[in-house]
Amino acid sequence: MLTSIIQNLFNALQWGSFYSLIALGYTLVYGVLLLINFAHGDIFMVGAYISFFVTAVLLGSYTVGLPFALSGTMVLALAVPLTMILTAFVGVMLERIAYRPLRRKGVNRLYVVITALMCGLILENGNLALLGASRKSFPEILEKVVYSVGSFSMTNLKLLVIFSAILVFVILQIIVTRTKIGMAMRAISYDKFAVPLMGIPIDTIIVFTFILGSSLAGLAGLLFAMSYPVLDPFMGSLIGWKAFIAAVVGGIGDIRGAFVGGFLLGFIEILVMAVFPSTFRDLIAFSILLIILSMKPTGIFGVARTTKI
Amino acid sequence: MLLEIKDIHVKYGNIEALHGISFHVNQGEIVALIGANGAGKTTTLHTITRVPPPEGPKVTKGDILYKGKSILPVEAHILVRDYKIALAPEGRHIFGNLTVEENLILATYARKDKAQIKKDYEKVYDLFPKLTERRYQKSETMSGGEQQMLAVGRALMTGSNFIMLDEPSMGLAPLLMYDMFRVLKALNEEGMTILLIEQNAHLALKFAHRAYVLDTGEIVAQGNSVELMNNPDVKKAYLGG
Repeated sequence: MLTSIIQNLFNALQWGSFYSLIALGYTLVYGVLLLINFAHGDIFMVGAYISFFVTAVLLGSYTVGLPFALSGTMVLALAVPLTMILTAFVGVMLERIAYRPLRRKGVNRLYVVITALMCGLILENGNLALLGASRKSFPEILEKVVYSVGSFSMTNLKLLVIFSAILVFVILQIIVTRTKIGMAMRAISYDKFAVPLMGIPIDTIIVFTFILGSSLAGLAGLLFAMSYPVLDPFMGSLIGWKAFIAAVVGGIGDIRGAFVGGFLLGFIEILVMAVFPSTFRDLIAFSILLIILSMKPTGIFGVARTTKI
Repeated sequence: MLLEIKDIHVKYGNIEALHGISFHVNQGEIVALIGANGAGKTTTLHTITRVPPPEGPKVTKGDILYKGKSILPVEAHILVRDYKIALAPEGRHIFGNLTVEENLILATYARKDKAQIKKDYEKVYDLFPKLTERRYQKSETMSGGEQQMLAVGRALMTGSNFIMLDEPSMGLAPLLMYDMFRVLKALNEEGMTILLIEQNAHLALKFAHRAYVLDTGEIVAQGNSVELMNNPDVKKAYLGG
């Protein structure tokens, strides 16, 4: 009984790590632009595909390969930064092509949100058109190591996922609260007009935000593909929605909120599955989140924003 | 001439807000723009700061020269970074979700002169002791007057030697208002050039060396402060007879 509880807790931590990593991207962009970037779940999907191609090339299993063989850890060590950079590039392109022109025209945020939804659909269907409907199976990079204590077991991959999510959270928290660029990010959401008056280039800060958010989606994509090695073009939409809800429950715009919200959702889902049939998972999980939100509509860490005079 | 506005026409959308105004500011001067609501004073300052549309107006004709060079093609943040022109905007526009200290730190975003930045912190806290007390407090929790001080302090922290102030006395109790103008006067004596918007024409003319009177997007009177104070039209319209 006890081992099964601990086992489930670790599963929940891993599952929650994915939600957290994606929710952080939602909350970063929202925290700066007050824009719900609904394409973010699909950027996660693109990240998973990018990691697929990156690792395939690194492993030499693709048409173009490296002239020398790399060890598994080496492949991973290269795949992480490469995937993050390439996914960040996709996110920045989206900002450039879709969101920035609208921002320049000063349109209502609602239209930007709708544009984000469309961008997500374009990414999904673009992928479908380019790569076809067949699923891709992700190669095993990291040799599986199982650590067991008594009857309780833990894989190196699970530890890697959980450790990554925590590390990312700590780094982001430091960037946002301690650095000038982080202060500028927070300042933009409060008063965009005054930001250039401080000598701060708004577009640079916004691009930086998209780089951060998208590279995290890329990292999540890679880790997800390693954990659940089947990729399809629509894998990002449901998990993206859920991560968004996790960010809202945590208090959207707050880094801590996204982190906690992601893990909270992970725990609720895993615990529901441990007790009820798995078909009940989303129904019960979201009912619980609904109750939390109706009690605290601004989310766990959110504060109601005072209107400016 | 430090700043020269030449026959500038600007539009917000399709509505022309300034119909060709010209004026200048010399190095070391305090110049005031006075006029009723909607005369185009704030629009003028927003035009100079190069804040892009939709918040800023669009220049359709004319030119703005700073130290003899046109600043029309310059981006707003570059104007602060390289030209050292600051604006303490109307309505303060402080970052309420940041602390007082963070607001001041942000204003140094583009600066590299660490030693001078340190001196400037001390100077701002010295000029506005209230800000020292509130240093680690979220700035939206401060009173309007304190927020106004922060807005001016923030403009100073950009390290600019030309500063534009849009109604710095707004929302200040009379005593604080005189305090503010005393501070500004002291800064001017140290060499700061100031372009000021003020609703209170009495106060503005007492404080500034020269002034321009704006009415519905045009300059209707100008001169040094004493001249304007004795100008019968100005007296009647802005000084209450």
